[in-house]
Amino acid sequence: MAGKTLYDKLWDAHRVREDADGTALLYIDRHLVHEVTSPQAFEGLRLAGRKPWRAGSVLAVPDHNVPTTQRSEGISGIADPVSRIQVETLDRNCADFNINEFHMNDIRQGIVHVIGPEQGATLPGMTVVCGDSHTSTHGAFGALAFGIGTSEVEHVLATQCLIQKKSKNMQVRVEGELGPGVTAKDVVLAIIGEIGTAGGTGYAIEFAGSAIASLSMEGRMTVCNMAIEAGARAGMVAVDQTTIDYVAGRPFAPRAEQWQQAVACWRDFVSDVDAVFDRVVTLQAGDISPQVTWGTSPEMVVPVNARVPDPAEEADTVKRNGMRKALAYMALEPGTPVSAITIDKVFIGSCTNSRIEDLRAAAAVAKGRKVADNVKLAMVVPGSGLVKQQAEQEGLHEIFMAAGFEWREPGCSMCLAMNADRLEPGERCASTSNRNFEGRQGAGGRTHLVSPAMAAAAAVTGHFVDVRELAGKY
Amino acid sequence: MDKFTLLDGLVAPLDRPNVDTDAIIPKQYLKSVKRSGFGPNLFDDWRYLTPGEPGQDHSRRPLNPDFVLNQPRYAGAQILLGRENFGCGSSREHAVWALEDAGFRVVIAPGFADIFFNNCFKNGVLPVVLDTAIMDRLFAEVATQEGYRLQVDLQAQTITTPSGERFDFDVDEFRKYCLLNGLDDIGLTLRHADAIRAYEVRHKQAAPWLFD
Repeated sequence: MAGKTLYDKLWDAHRVREDADGTALLYIDRHLVHEVTSPQAFEGLRLAGRKPWRAGSVLAVPDHNVPTTQRSEGISGIADPVSRIQVETLDRNCADFNINEFHMNDIRQGIVHVIGPEQGATLPGMTVVCGDSHTSTHGAFGALAFGIGTSEVEHVLATQCLIQKKSKNMQVRVEGELGPGVTAKDVVLAIIGEIGTAGGTGYAIEFAGSAIASLSMEGRMTVCNMAIEAGARAGMVAVDQTTIDYVAGRPFAPRAEQWQQAVACWRDFVSDVDAVFDRVVTLQAGDISPQVTWGTSPEMVVPVNARVPDPAEEADTVKRNGMRKALAYMALEPGTPVSAITIDKVFIGSCTNSRIEDLRAAAAVAKGRKVADNVKLAMVVPGSGLVKQQAEQEGLHEIFMAAGFEWREPGCSMCLAMNADRLEPGERCASTSNRNFEGRQGAGGRTHLVSPAMAAAAAVTGHFVDVRELAGKY
Repeated sequence: MDKFTLLDGLVAPLDRPNVDTDAIIPKQYLKSVKRSGFGPNLFDDWRYLTPGEPGQDHSRRPLNPDFVLNQPRYAGAQILLGRENFGCGSSREHAVWALEDAGFRVVIAPGFADIFFNNCFKNGVLPVVLDTAIMDRLFAEVATQEGYRLQVDLQAQTITTPSGERFDFDVDEFRKYCLLNGLDDIGLTLRHADAIRAYEVRHKQAAPWLFD
């Protein structure tokens, strides 16, 4: 019999029961909650007279609606009354149901997918869910982590389980060494460019190979974060020493004898050497350049030194029409060199790229340079209060501010523009976030997805540029 | 949840791939703490010529005449035709709530994003996967025949065109059962409460650090 994949092991370890048709009840170890996708779930519990099955498994934080400026007034300082109600509702629900919440002005507050790992609330071998598609991020820890809808949020609150059918296994291998200036973000964008935004639909993806193993935990989180943009609900990376070293000593991590027991258990969360995958895709790390998206789907991506593609060269009619719509929305002409695209705004942040390593990479480019005159706003939004604190201890905020970037408070911010941070119609943004959909960063806004180093390079030159061409600054 | 058994409904086409949930219901409407009322903002950025905000009287906003669903012939449509990777992106169940609130009970496409697909079943909306070649024909027929309707029979798992042509579709047994009967699956899961408790005892022995 073939060995098991990492996903097989995680699945088997959490299966409560399974019907003959493969419909299973899967036990959930960690339930992360934010203010946008939870109110209707808590309301559903109330209406049915139910209580959380295991309130201690839940960790909540407001992140989508919180302002990234002036936090001193707390919730009452949220200008938009509808946003304010949503944050207040989370507070009330967590108080009513005895759920641990990091409030808006807690230093531990931040983007839910940053704080889970940062606190050790995400651990290897766990099942982790959240009413948020980027929950795939937590798979970087050798966990089975995926996004769910609000009905499922209620289901997990009420039963600690989800009704699931097992996905197929895909392995994406990235072999060799990444070149200088090429980051985890470029890797995952290149993967999406290769397999497409529906390429991973129906699969759980394990990212493997020497280039993935060489990534830091921050880098692995960036890759797993965008598994959903490749169509896969769950992305994951096997547990190794890098994983264990990152988890050690975190507030929610096990201690003393339990730590030893846990580590011994976690080391098994790797695919067996004879495991069989339904699909294997291999990329060579050395072939990957810094990436820039040109369209309105993350698969519309090219290397920075390439040109905007021509729909006329696409054979598939549906795809060709999709490309034409995307180019019209993005106001781009086929054949334009990517480096000739000028930008209006820069956003460095989001659950994809707002961790300390991301801020260091951006600061290394920004250091000693100035935000270009044509750039109206360049903002850096740390992923959490603790990331912000760490960055300030390292002096990164001073580098950013000296270069003309705004240094903000933590939250989801302009990744999806639910708070006050947004693009105006027609504005073009170099963004380290994960989605370039129409209107994602504000109605009529145009988003180009890039790495933090590439975003900083675009900020200081005013257009996309190969960060490797900025001498000695990556 | 409303039952879904048989539907004979007017069909509307949305002929573009990768329709994401941000397009289906833009972020500003996600600030609502309710489950209903999202219908007027379905495809908001495409549907209206002016930007919208929650709480506005959307009936006063100018409609975009170029957006296909604004054509009078599709008013009251209950079946939406889509393309590859329909419902990709954000997990927001508000996307399904908006479709359902606007009257859609069936979405037919060659492929759906997993989370959206799953969310449909929780809200009495049936997502149907048909081959691209069949989809091409349905798109062509709806374009040329005003008042084009399809019959969707969940029990028989068939879709029938006005000319009597019939296409079979797959649906997961458990999901079919829940839709046909309008069942709340939390209630179904709680029937296994003893199995969940027994699992917890075993799991706690194997990984006690998860329970502190």
